[in-house]
Amino acid sequence: MDLLDQLADTFFNWEEMAKVIPALLMVGLPNTLILAVTSGILGSLLGLLLAMMAISRNAGARWAARIYTDIFRGLPAILVILVIGIGLSPIAREITGNRNPYPLGILALTLIAAAYIGEIFRSGIQSVEKGQLEASRALGFSYGSSMRLVVVPQGIRRVLPALVNQFISLLKDSSLVFMLGLAASDREIFRIGNDAMANTGNLSPLVAAGILYLVLTVPLTHFVNFIDTRLRTGRPEKKEPDELAAPIGKGAQA
Amino acid sequence: MTEFTSGTLTGKNLHLSFGHNHVLRGIDLHVEKGTTASVIGPSGSGKSTLLRVMNRLIEPDQGDILLDGRSVLKDNPDELRQRIGMVFQQFNLFPHKTVVENVSLAVRKLRKLPKDQAHAEALEQLDLVGLKHKADARPANLSGGQQQRVAIARALAMKPEVMFFDEATSALDPELVKGVLALMADLAKGGMTMVVVTHEMGFSRNVSDTVTFMDGGVVVETGPPEQLFTAPETDRLKGFLSDVL
Repeated sequence: MDLLDQLADTFFNWEEMAKVIPALLMVGLPNTLILAVTSGILGSLLGLLLAMMAISRNAGARWAARIYTDIFRGLPAILVILVIGIGLSPIAREITGNRNPYPLGILALTLIAAAYIGEIFRSGIQSVEKGQLEASRALGFSYGSSMRLVVVPQGIRRVLPALVNQFISLLKDSSLVFMLGLAASDREIFRIGNDAMANTGNLSPLVAAGILYLVLTVPLTHFVNFIDTRLRTGRPEKKEPDELAAPIGKGAQA
Repeated sequence: MTEFTSGTLTGKNLHLSFGHNHVLRGIDLHVEKGTTASVIGPSGSGKSTLLRVMNRLIEPDQGDILLDGRSVLKDNPDELRQRIGMVFQQFNLFPHKTVVENVSLAVRKLRKLPKDQAHAEALEQLDLVGLKHKADARPANLSGGQQQRVAIARALAMKPEVMFFDEATSALDPELVKGVLALMADLAKGGMTMVVVTHEMGFSRNVSDTVTFMDGGVVVETGPPEQLFTAPETDRLKGFLSDVL
């Protein structure tokens, strides 16, 4: 029994958990959300640009997108975060007069997310039938307007599940910015749990941090399944047989 | 129904190659204002490509396209396509938009009508094809025949001078073909200039003013329907007609 008690105390020491929960919720949660949501939005914008470049008729643009994607998808996130966070900090300090690595963490997460999101968008846009672009252009829309109004919205809709998955992954990867040594008020969920663990020698604060991650990610996972089903089956609506006779001839008398 | 401001459309010596594949080998096609020209021929003869070249969805390698006697090759191709409506075999409605939005989108963005006016015009067009009651449905919830009639309304809403039909009934269930053909016949009677690529020999014979038979990227025979259907001159057209009739 001693061993079980010891395990319980290591992972589920309620007292240690209770102590860290206020900081997790008041500091860690907002910071994790800011990191993930900001880099998610910026990464989507950059990703959309990369996708448009990847399908562009301009070979230079295609190559640039290809190289970018290969690099940022091929490197471990933690390496990118460290290289950007430390490597760019003198420049960032020069420009902003601020030594805070937090914005650089967002930048690194954005650059990584953009590579993945760009590929997601590209596959979605390319899955839209050629006839859609053709029909739009036949109406008189330019290539740009056709993409903006007809092709891209359909492509994005198709990859919404993959996009939410990417956001879940971003939510978790945002923990890696702890490597940059953030100020106490800038620390995210993992770092706060980790600090408390280091201070107390007890794992329970990390378990609490883990639970908080799950509270964020599990509903999102199920949200993915929901939109996935919805996109495949659509809203239930009834089909009616074609009413042939009624309309015809109505327009004949010019 | 609206009076069409139809135009005379002429393709002269049109050539197009995809790599080594010489798809169009000097096509001439003349469609007098207010008339319907049907283009028939075996698959792969270049009929659909010809339509796409004549509205410059694909730029010809050689030749000229005239609308009302004026070459349009130097014009902005987007503006040319606003003057030529096109209906496709696969309908190609925009699935992420409602039926009425499908029709009003280009009216709003290209003819620059205010939103409510574009909506009203779109409803009017839908009424003409008998689908006003489906305005708020999604295309996916319509039958093929209904979708194609919406596609026709969408093209007509731009008030085009010429209409292209690219095998508009080929993807439809047999019982839905009649409705779409009747609508096309109405348009023809109403004075719209039309180029109709079709496998419907009945339509070609009874509705069109001229018939053009294409094979292997060239025009083999062209003339009034009675002539081509009752007295074909070439063996190729005779063979084709005996295959399809």
